[in-house]
Amino acid sequence: MRVNFTVNGRRQEADDVWEGESLLYVLRERLGLPGSKNACEQGECGSCTVRLDGVPVCSCLVAAGQVEGREVVTVEGLADYAKQRAAQGGCAPGACGGPSPDGARAEDGTSVRDAQDWSARGTDSQTGEGTELSPIQQAFIDAGAVQCGFCTPGLLVAADEMLERNPTPTDADIREALSGNLCRCTGYEKIMDAVRLAAARQGEVV
Amino acid sequence: MDFLRPASWEEVLAAKAEHPTAVPIAGGTDVMVEINFDHRRPEYLLDLNRVGELGEWEVGEESVRLGASVPYTAVMENLRGELPGLALASHTVASPQIRNRGGVGGNLGTASPAGDAHPALLAAGAEVEVESVRGSRLIPIDDFYTGVKRNALAADELIRAVHVRKADGPQQYSKVGTRNAMVIAVCAFGLALHPDTRTVRTGIGSAAPTPVRARTAEEFLNAALDEGGFWDNGRIITPSVAKQFAELCAAACNPIDDVRGTASYRRHAVGVMARRTLTWTWESYRGTDGRAHRKGSVA
Ligand SMILES: Cc1cc2nc3c(=O)[nH]c(=O)nc-3n(C[C@H](O)[C@H](O)[C@H](O)COP(=O)(O)OP(=O)(O)OC[C@H]3O[C@@H](n4cnc5c(N)ncnc54)[C@H](O)[C@@H]3O)c2cc1C
Ligand code: FES
Ligand code: FES
Repeated sequence: MRVNFTVNGRRQEADDVWEGESLLYVLRERLGLPGSKNACEQGECGSCTVRLDGVPVCSCLVAAGQVEGREVVTVEGLADYAKQRAAQGGCAPGACGGPSPDGARAEDGTSVRDAQDWSARGTDSQTGEGTELSPIQQAFIDAGAVQCGFCTPGLLVAADEMLERNPTPTDADIREALSGNLCRCTGYEKIMDAVRLAAARQGEVV
Repeated sequence: MDFLRPASWEEVLAAKAEHPTAVPIAGGTDVMVEINFDHRRPEYLLDLNRVGELGEWEVGEESVRLGASVPYTAVMENLRGELPGLALASHTVASPQIRNRGGVGGNLGTASPAGDAHPALLAAGAEVEVESVRGSRLIPIDDFYTGVKRNALAADELIRAVHVRKADGPQQYSKVGTRNAMVIAVCAFGLALHPDTRTVRTGIGSAAPTPVRARTAEEFLNAALDEGGFWDNGRIITPSVAKQFAELCAAACNPIDDVRGTASYRRHAVGVMARRTLTWTWESYRGTDGRAHRKGSVA
């Protein structure tokens, strides 16, 4: 079957989709967006977290056909998403009752090409300098919250959504919001640091 | 496989009548795991996401009519006052990502003895509104669970909503597991005080082939509270009453040994949770909530 939906602000069309396929598979294998990771395919690890109509979900548990006509944001589109949110005073496209995906224009968002080519390398691969990163991505780098990086995309999407809802989270809020994301490397302390850092920086800007 | 995407409830019922083997998919948090792991290869998937009314709820005089697909997150955020037991139970489900998609309709569809909504629904009192092209009926929650992962739905029937009685007193939910998030209950216990009818209702999860109420324990406690005038005088529950209530709740279990826990551990833990939830709810009744219901003095 064919599935039409919006990914990172642009209309996409996936063809030859098997009816039992997950959104995660469509993103990775049909659209060439491997940012969302596949680690468990059973909702346990959160490494496949994306936003579906603004809401964080495990893309491995959403049937491809269920996203027809809906809006998905993946880690590849997070930098643009955060930029637009900042421009709109805190509300990202589609979230907080903002403009619906139906209003998506071709020039908005991240093209699937750009998303496929997205890389955090820039001029300095350590700091990400020279690339456009969302504040949460920059904070993960600055706090040293990335080791093997497999859990990172899911954590970034989940953490970014929490900071959108709750700009001044307590540690308990952070732990709760990230309780669906497993990391086998960091022991979570650096991840906590990264989210606190992003929250603090967000506070300075406002 | 075919993917059916009806846009209205009527079309959903028609599709289910035409294809009784079609598997409904709401949040997909049970269905997709089975498909991803090749445990299930349905001929038809019947998507319920396009039917907006399934994600809505109405607060009525006596009960809340909760659409089958209302996600747990919405229950936690919006219905804590009306359905405190279900809101607490919802908060223990998995993770934010799962709670954003999964809901009570899917929990009832799966009818796992470990499903967290069940003890809360049994304790609060609820009816499941099911419908097919043949018509609609209300199934009392006590008759809904018919066996391990079996429910009272006919092949052409679907859950439209759950009518959960609004809380008339304190409610609690308790769950045993290895951590706070992402835990399937080793066992679970829900308890609701109903000062209006001067009764107590319970629900036990993961300690019998189906979710069950501890009826003998409820009857014992109802009689003991009545005899002692507890509902009026608001005295603390006598330790011996609490102890016997806990023992009767443990006796209502019919658990198995499995990877999550042994049968004897489950029985023990249900007793502990029964005593604790009774104490928590009763303390709350004696304190703030109870004042309105009581005439007598506080012990
Ligand atoms: C990682 C993970 C952790 C989990 N942890 C918990 C937990 O802690 N506690 C818990 O209780 N559950 C847990 N679950 C199970 C699951 O999330 C719940 O059972 C949830 O309530 C299912 O809802 P859903 O909408 O996703 O159901 P779906 O997967 O869409 O459907 C579940 C079943 O119900 C049927 N169904 C759905 N809607 C209807 C309807 N309207 N009428 C008739 N049948 C219907 C489906 O055909 C299917 O058989 C977990 C699942 C995962 C993946
Ligand atoms: S791959 Fe989806 S939660 Fe692990
Ligand atoms: S950095 Fe390796 S799993 Fe988190």
